[in-house]
Amino acid sequence: MAFIELNDIVKVFKDRKRGTDMLAIDHVSLKLEKKEFLCLLGPSGCGKSTLLNMIAGFEFPTSGEVKVAGRAITGPGADRGMVFQQANLMPWLPVWDNVAFSLKLQGKSAAERRAAAQPFIETVKLKGFENHYPNELSGGMAQRVGIARALLQNPSVILMDEPFAALDAQTKMEMQEELVALWQRYEGTIVFVTHSVDEALILATKVAVMTHRPGRMRELIDIDLPRPRDTTTQEFNHAKRHILGLIREEAALAHADAALLAA
Amino acid sequence: MSGLKHSLSEAKWRFAVPLLLVLSWEAFSRSGMIPASLLPAPSRVFSTWMDWIFGINESAQDSSGKWIYDAMASCLRVTAGYLIAAVSGIALGVAIGWWRWVERAIEPTVQMLRPVPPVSWIPLAIIWFGIANKPAIFLVFLGAFFPILMNTVHGVKTADRNLLRAAAMAGARQGQLLRFVILPAAMPSIFAGLRIGIGSAWMLTVTAEMVAVKSGLGYALWDSYYFLRYDLVIAAMISIGLLGFLADWILKQIMNSMLRWQHVSTVQGKG
Repeated sequence: MAFIELNDIVKVFKDRKRGTDMLAIDHVSLKLEKKEFLCLLGPSGCGKSTLLNMIAGFEFPTSGEVKVAGRAITGPGADRGMVFQQANLMPWLPVWDNVAFSLKLQGKSAAERRAAAQPFIETVKLKGFENHYPNELSGGMAQRVGIARALLQNPSVILMDEPFAALDAQTKMEMQEELVALWQRYEGTIVFVTHSVDEALILATKVAVMTHRPGRMRELIDIDLPRPRDTTTQEFNHAKRHILGLIREEAALAHADAALLAA
Repeated sequence: MSGLKHSLSEAKWRFAVPLLLVLSWEAFSRSGMIPASLLPAPSRVFSTWMDWIFGINESAQDSSGKWIYDAMASCLRVTAGYLIAAVSGIALGVAIGWWRWVERAIEPTVQMLRPVPPVSWIPLAIIWFGIANKPAIFLVFLGAFFPILMNTVHGVKTADRNLLRAAAMAGARQGQLLRFVILPAAMPSIFAGLRIGIGSAWMLTVTAEMVAVKSGLGYALWDSYYFLRYDLVIAAMISIGLLGFLADWILKQIMNSMLRWQHVSTVQGKG
């Protein structure tokens, strides 16, 4: 049995104002083993974030089921860690208490939380910033806190929703390298939503390319390029050309659909 | 060193205007253009005030040395009414901001009662509670309750919903979302309400004491008016002003320590 399973997922959004239904995800199935690093790619509106939110438990499929470690998802919970596009840190808590927020909810004492947070703070290279508040941190640092928080919750399942999209190119590159190192160290399973083909190819063991709306699985590609990934090699660019080709096709089809709808 | 000099010269300017006002008031009052009893000189007000506080020369007559009792009576009413308003205003505000059905059930009533000036409740307050502490506390409560309530509702409604997602992912149940996310996120708004509320609280204590109570600074003020002691009236006004200022200052200190996270970046930016 696979570690993360999406079985025949269908999602229909009801548009209450217009009284119409919109098919967002059309029979998607996906099986992911432990220690895999899956990147979800696809044109915008293809439902990749919706899929991630279903694994997180924020949204539920209209039909089909989502399972993590053999258990059906019934809602959000601390058994999975999530890193959001914005860091979403509690601005009134210092770095260490943000990292240990899940322990605060479990009623652990401040001393216990502080001790539990420390190794993760050091892992994401924020030693010395333990007592800083979120509004004193740069975007990259805030996102590191978000990653440390997810790792402390459960390093074996990390869900990431375009976490580096808002960072500058330099910081983004550093964060990608560090994320790969963390993934190797904790041997976790990561599901990562991104817009960037380069990012997917730098990070993933598997890239899932989705079709335009309604989202279906277009192609699931195993990436076995050697690490650290070199973005300048022929193999890398070969894979990139192939995926970009898929995405261009889907984007063109999406435009054609939109034109048809407008006509 | 230059910083100290700078702040000293700044302080000089801060006191220049009030000092000028007091001096011209003294001069005008001593000039004899109007009877001194109608506009007592600041020196006279000050000596009467000191007698009212310390009981030095009985220039405040019956009130000599009784200031602390009057002040305590007023403070007690403010504290009691304000605490009731703060606790109930915050609790109800969180409920209205969080649960749609509470908002639907309570909001119309609240919006109807809110524009009624608290002072207009005085007749009913006297009938219901008699002439003592209770009508004054009730009025203080009315004055402080609405600003605290409205600001709490606003704070809860404008709390960042993404933080709720992050907390839910960390395993928070509904009660924990309220306690660990919504309440701290609404804290800046709540404090804005608390600071408006403390101002109304003092205003209404004094009003209530003029009409419905036989003790306190407001009563002392009104009583002195009957006895044509305008120096005491002014001394009472100054006392009320100072105590109101002190109450707000205490609240500001609590706020600054609780909302430290809001100011850290600016502190760092200056240094």
